[in-house]
Amino acid sequence: MMIQVEKIFKRYNHNSKTINALDGVSFQINQSDFVTVTGPSGSGKSTLLLSLFGLIRISSGSIQFNDRRIDDLPDRELALIRKKDVGYVLQSFALIPYLTTIQNVMIPLALGRIRKKEQFDRASEILEYVGLSDRMDHLPGELSAGQQQRVAIARAIVHHPKVILADEPTGNLDPFLSVEILEFLKKINEENKITVMMVTHSPVAAQYGTVKLHLQNGKIMNNNR
Amino acid sequence: MTLFKLVCIELWKRKSQLITGLLAITLGIAVIVGIQSVAVVSEQNVAKNLDNLGANILILPQAASIDDYYTADIDAPTLPMDYVERILSSTIAGVDNMSPKLTRRIKVKGQTVVLTGILPKSEIASKPLWQSSGLLGKQLTTECSPNQTVNESHGMEDERLQRKAIDTLYSENCLAGSQVAKKLNLSVNNKITILGKSFTVAKILPETGTVDDDRIFANLKDVQNLLKIENQVSAIEIMGCCHAISEGLLSQLRNILPDTRVTSINQIVSTQIETNQLMKKITLVMLIIIFFVGGISIGNFIWANVNERKKEIGILRMIGANHWTIYSLFLYKAVFLGIVGGILGYLLGTLAGVILGPYFAGINVQPVAIYFLYSILLSVIIAIAGSVLPTCLAARIDPHLNLQED
Repeated sequence: MMIQVEKIFKRYNHNSKTINALDGVSFQINQSDFVTVTGPSGSGKSTLLLSLFGLIRISSGSIQFNDRRIDDLPDRELALIRKKDVGYVLQSFALIPYLTTIQNVMIPLALGRIRKKEQFDRASEILEYVGLSDRMDHLPGELSAGQQQRVAIARAIVHHPKVILADEPTGNLDPFLSVEILEFLKKINEENKITVMMVTHSPVAAQYGTVKLHLQNGKIMNNNR
Repeated sequence: MTLFKLVCIELWKRKSQLITGLLAITLGIAVIVGIQSVAVVSEQNVAKNLDNLGANILILPQAASIDDYYTADIDAPTLPMDYVERILSSTIAGVDNMSPKLTRRIKVKGQTVVLTGILPKSEIASKPLWQSSGLLGKQLTTECSPNQTVNESHGMEDERLQRKAIDTLYSENCLAGSQVAKKLNLSVNNKITILGKSFTVAKILPETGTVDDDRIFANLKDVQNLLKIENQVSAIEIMGCCHAISEGLLSQLRNILPDTRVTSINQIVSTQIETNQLMKKITLVMLIIIFFVGGISIGNFIWANVNERKKEIGILRMIGANHWTIYSLFLYKAVFLGIVGGILGYLLGTLAGVILGPYFAGINVQPVAIYFLYSILLSVIIAIAGSVLPTCLAARIDPHLNLQED
């Protein structure tokens, strides 16, 4: 079991009212699972995704990753886990605007203090894998939305993570590009045995999941494994 | 890709911000360097003026009073000439010049005058007003005041001959104070008989407004012989460094000359100390103001940069950057701005001082090389100090808040 989530709560105070963004969520994810998380807006999908590796701190409950409890780790150690084992793909692509395609892809390797030559070789190889070897020196603003999302995917997998967490990765893309990105994630999941957890509104995207979670009001209503 | 390269790329891609940030720190450093460069020359001028006040410490025999020194009574007590050697061979710091002298009232041409025996070099070195009138081309190097070049030719008809005469003050020569010269109707090269010995007036001294105007000066050895007071002097005048005086020079002198009366000429010393302290305080106040203004400018720049880059910080946190990585990102930037701003600030400040100094303050400002290093150090310190708070806040930004924006 790669990820085990048990009864996690995330509470916010808003206008002296307590809101449960996550309300006792529990589930398990194995290696190579392709997990899709669906649910209406405000159901807690993104909160759940960002809570898994500490980008949002949960109020209670526990999260284990590779049999190690991680929800109570200090920021420094959580950052280390994210740097080594996690790749993120977001709806807004989250690329650094003044860096070229290859520089954006090299950042996770730079944070891991990989040698410059190896950074370049690995980033080039990944960009070729996602079909952007001819766009290495382009800035994000010079790329199409689909290309930007492929750069984000390249950045998410360049350091060989164990998990990819994708928050609405097709939310800004047209249906044709959406399928392209989903196929990419599926390919990465199948070829590299990387676990993917994807939050989506799209019923089409949800069909890619081998494990399907449905959230409503911060609770898992359906766990279709 | 390295963090430093990331900083460089960010700076380069956002040139307008780079220029704004650099401008803030460059102007701050330029103001400090400009003011300091002018202040150094001003201090030299002030120090020169302070030196014109002359000796500031008197060593008198224990039994003597200050009045004895000025009235030169016939039986005023004396002290051994060896005391000069004793001071010279000690390790006391802050004694710029010593002038031993023997002074007595005598009759010349029926008039009462004060005869003073001096060591010419020492005496002239302690009398800047005499130097500025061209008596001696000596360059004073003191421990507390900057080097100063004495006007060598002012007012002398035959400078070489005159200087030679006064520098050595031959046994047959004497110098006459301006009032004595008037009283005895003396002029240069006149012969005058003092205690039975004939002297030639080598120079009429310029009016100083002091007791020196009423004196005739001859070689100390000759005066000792004529007065039959061998190896004795009435007083030793000292030009002491005012820092050293405030740090205990007087008590050190008393320790090595216990049977003497060591006294400072309060008015002179207090003027010197007060002026030096005022100069230092003004410079310090300027430094403090600029430190805060510069720090706030840089802090404001980094804060604006942090706000603009919140999403980027969130991205970096998301992909594994920890707090220290975010700190480093902004501190590298602050150090880079500090170094470049320091260099540019030094160049601009020095140029401003060199160009504006003569125009506004009537002083020639020279570039001070050591300020190059100080500028960079100060600039980096200001940049880091100004960046600490916004950088800490940047590192604590909750990443998910910015990742979910758009």
